[in-house]
Amino acid sequence: MTDRWSVRSITRTLLPVLLVLTALELLSGLALGSFEATLLEYPSLLVLVPVAIGTAGNLGSVLSARLSTAMHLGLLSFSTEDDRLVGNVVASVLLSVTVFPLVGAGAWALTLATGRANLGPATVVGVALASGLVLAVLVVAVTVASTYVAVRFGVDPDDVVIPTVTNVCDVLGVVVLVVVAQLLV
Amino acid sequence: MSVDSDRGGVRTVVADAYRGALPTLAVSAVGGLVAGSLLGGMEAQLSAIEGLLVLVPAFLAIRGSVYGSLGSRISSALHQGLIDPTDPDRRLATAAVAALANGVFATLFAAALTVAVLSALGRPVAPLGTFLVVALVGGVLAGLALTAVVVGVVLVGYRRGLNPDDLVGPAVTTAGDVFGMLALIVAARVALAL
Repeated sequence: MTDRWSVRSITRTLLPVLLVLTALELLSGLALGSFEATLLEYPSLLVLVPVAIGTAGNLGSVLSARLSTAMHLGLLSFSTEDDRLVGNVVASVLLSVTVFPLVGAGAWALTLATGRANLGPATVVGVALASGLVLAVLVVAVTVASTYVAVRFGVDPDDVVIPTVTNVCDVLGVVVLVVVAQLLV
Repeated sequence: MSVDSDRGGVRTVVADAYRGALPTLAVSAVGGLVAGSLLGGMEAQLSAIEGLLVLVPAFLAIRGSVYGSLGSRISSALHQGLIDPTDPDRRLATAAVAALANGVFATLFAAALTVAVLSALGRPVAPLGTFLVVALVGGVLAGLALTAVVVGVVLVGYRRGLNPDDLVGPAVTTAGDVFGMLALIVAARVALAL
């Protein structure tokens, strides 16, 4: 038991996954980097970046934690008839549609407070809401698909799905925000 | 959750899931907005250290993974009685040192990879040395702040009779974003001053 608590043993479990995830996060960084000029031009969009990443990741981890628990309790079937699956999916979309517009309004207000708001509030809220909607659909698709694959291969979804989904959603968060902003701004 | 409520239909599941997750999402959204506002204030450093923006998501995600794992490790140990909440022992120190070491190493790796990938793509990028200083200083500063936050939140929450498992996630995402960005700003200033 003491051995599990040595620096070496913690590192052996943590580091390989950490390095893979770090490399994956670089993709989201590259998406950001290629959009750097626009982000620096419109500070409200730059303010949205961490919160869009974080909220997408959180939506994914909440949904996957709930699906994993339902699976462990034997209460989950992958069918559109399954109340638990459908209910959690609907809740994810509703959560996204609730949180993202508020986040957009917050981002606009913060840039206004620092005197650098050069986009209207409707534009920033619109970018946030549209990104939130697209992200909700993608997050649900990625989470349900990876939970399904984990279950099929007999892997515990708690071990695999949550870290995968959180990081994929981080990357998707940036990419979707960047694409939506390019279309709407 | 009883079996009966499971059959309560989609509406019950939706209401339950929505109410359960909204507070957590809202709290970490506030943290994310504060972090975003710090990032928005970094324009000068972002322009001065070319490619720094590319490192930001990895930098924040490493904090989340490392300190989320530290938090859940400590909270499992509390549940198992391996750590005494009133007298944290050497185990706690070992876990904190491991988290710091892994966090800093992964950040250095991310910095080197950023420079390598951007150079390979022919995009402008600051020298490797600058990135390594940012990663080292930022990783250590954020690590110290987050270790204090995670250990504090878990131990205090546990002593007050709250389940640390419910506290770790929101605490790490919120504090991770805010302290991560603060550490990155200080680190970028240090790297530019050297």
